Amino acid sequence: MNSRGLRSQLKDSVPVAGLCPQGAYGVQDSLRSGFTSIKNELLPSHPLELSEKNFRLNQDKMNFSTLRNIQGLHAPLKLQMEYRAARQIQRLPFLPSSNLALDTLRGSDESIGFEDILCDPTQSEVIGEPHTMVEYKLGLL
Amino acid sequence: MALSTVLETPEAGFNFDNTARNAALEGLFDGGQTPKPLKTGTTIAGVVFKDGVVLGADTRATSSDVVADKMCAKIHYISPNIYCCGAGTAADTEKTTDILSSNLSIFSLNSGRNPRVVMAVNILQDMLYRYHGQIGANLILGGVDCTGNHLYTVGPYGSVNKVPYLAMGSGDLAALGILEDGFKHDLELEKAKELVRDAIHAGIMSDLGSGNNIDICVITKKGVDYIRPYKESEYKDARKMNYKYRPGTTAILTEKVVPLKLEVVQETVQKMDTA
Repeated sequence: MNSRGLRSQLKDSVPVAGLCPQGAYGVQDSLRSGFTSIKNELLPSHPLELSEKNFRLNQDKMNFSTLRNIQGLHAPLKLQMEYRAARQIQRLPFLPSSNLALDTLRGSDESIGFEDILCDPTQSEVIGEPHTMVEYKLGLL
Repeated sequence: MALSTVLETPEAGFNFDNTARNAALEGLFDGGQTPKPLKTGTTIAGVVFKDGVVLGADTRATSSDVVADKMCAKIHYISPNIYCCGAGTAADTEKTTDILSSNLSIFSLNSGRNPRVVMAVNILQDMLYRYHGQIGANLILGGVDCTGNHLYTVGPYGSVNKVPYLAMGSGDLAALGILEDGFKHDLELEKAKELVRDAIHAGIMSDLGSGNNIDICVITKKGVDYIRPYKESEYKDARKMNYKYRPGTTAILTEKVVPLKLEVVQETVQKMDTA
C-alpha cells in the first residue's frame, strides 16, 4: 500500500496504538492480523479507513458552519444541544441501542446506506465483556 | 462469544480489519494472482427518443478470462419510471442500484410521487464520491418523469454527465461509433430500438468482454417495456446429448410408506381489521 499517501491522512490525529492486540486473551492473533508491526497499528491500512471513521463528524461540521453563515450562531447551537440530548438516550454499552431520536433528528431514519446493511451491530457474532466495556465507557479502565 | 479486547461496539458499515491481512496475502499467491472479482466487461448504451428513453445492454459477465454468466441481467430496476444499466464490478453495481432503489421507494411512499431522475443521479453521485472510486460502478441512468426524458451517466468517482445518447463499458468505443453515426433528435420508437440494438451488436462483435444476447428496456410515459432478450446470439450452443436419466434407471429395492396422522388440536379464527 502507498504508505506515504496514507501517512498524510494522519496529519491531525494521534491514534492510540495497541491498547490490546486484536486476538483472544490479548495475544497477537498472527493468523488474522499478521505479524506485530508498529506500522500496521499506526497507519490506516485502507485509503478509506480514516475518511469513513470521520465521515459523519466532517459532514456535521460542514453543515453546521453553512447553517451558521446563513442563519446566525443560534441555529447550530440549538441543533447541537438537541443532538447532545438525543445522544444520551442509550442502553448500556454492550447492548445495542436503537438511537431513534438521534436518527430522526439527523434524518437518517428515511434513508438507507451501507451502514444499515453491512456489519449490523445487532447481528454481530462477538460481544465485548460487559464489565470491561462499562469500565471503559466510564473512564475507569 | 465475549472477547475481552472489544472496548466499544464496532461501527456499522464497511469494516477494514482485513485489509492488512489481504495485503500480506497478496504476495503469497504465485505470481500475485489473487482471486478476481466478477466484472461485467460490458457494452451498455442508451438513447433518448421522441417519447422516452431506450436502454440496451449485452448479457455476458466475465471473471478474468472465463465467461461466468451467459445471461446476466445488467438493466436494473430503480423505480417504476427509472431504470439503470451497470458496468464495472458486478456486485458493486448490483448493491448500489439496490440501495438507490430502496431510498427512492422510501421517498415515493413518503411523498406519494414518482421520483425524478435528477434525484437518483444526486443520490448516486453523493454515494460514489464518498467512497472515492473504490466502488467500481459505471452506471447509465435513464428515465421519464414530469420534467421530460432524461439520460445520465455516473462514473465511479462521482462524475455526472447529461447526454442524449451514450455508451459505457469495455465495448463503448465500438457502440459509440454506431450511435454517433445514426443518432438524430426525436427518433421514432422502432428506429431508436434498432439503433441501440446495432450499437450493442457492434460492441459484442468488437469486444471480448461483451457477448451473448442483447437486452432492451424502453421507458415511456405510459410504462416500461423490458424485453429480455431482444435479440439472441447466433452462436448458441445446441446441446445434442440428453443428460437426463429416464425413470426406472435405478432399481427400487424396498419401499415403506408411513402415513402421518394429523389431528386438529385447536382452531382459532382472527378477523383482519379491514376498516
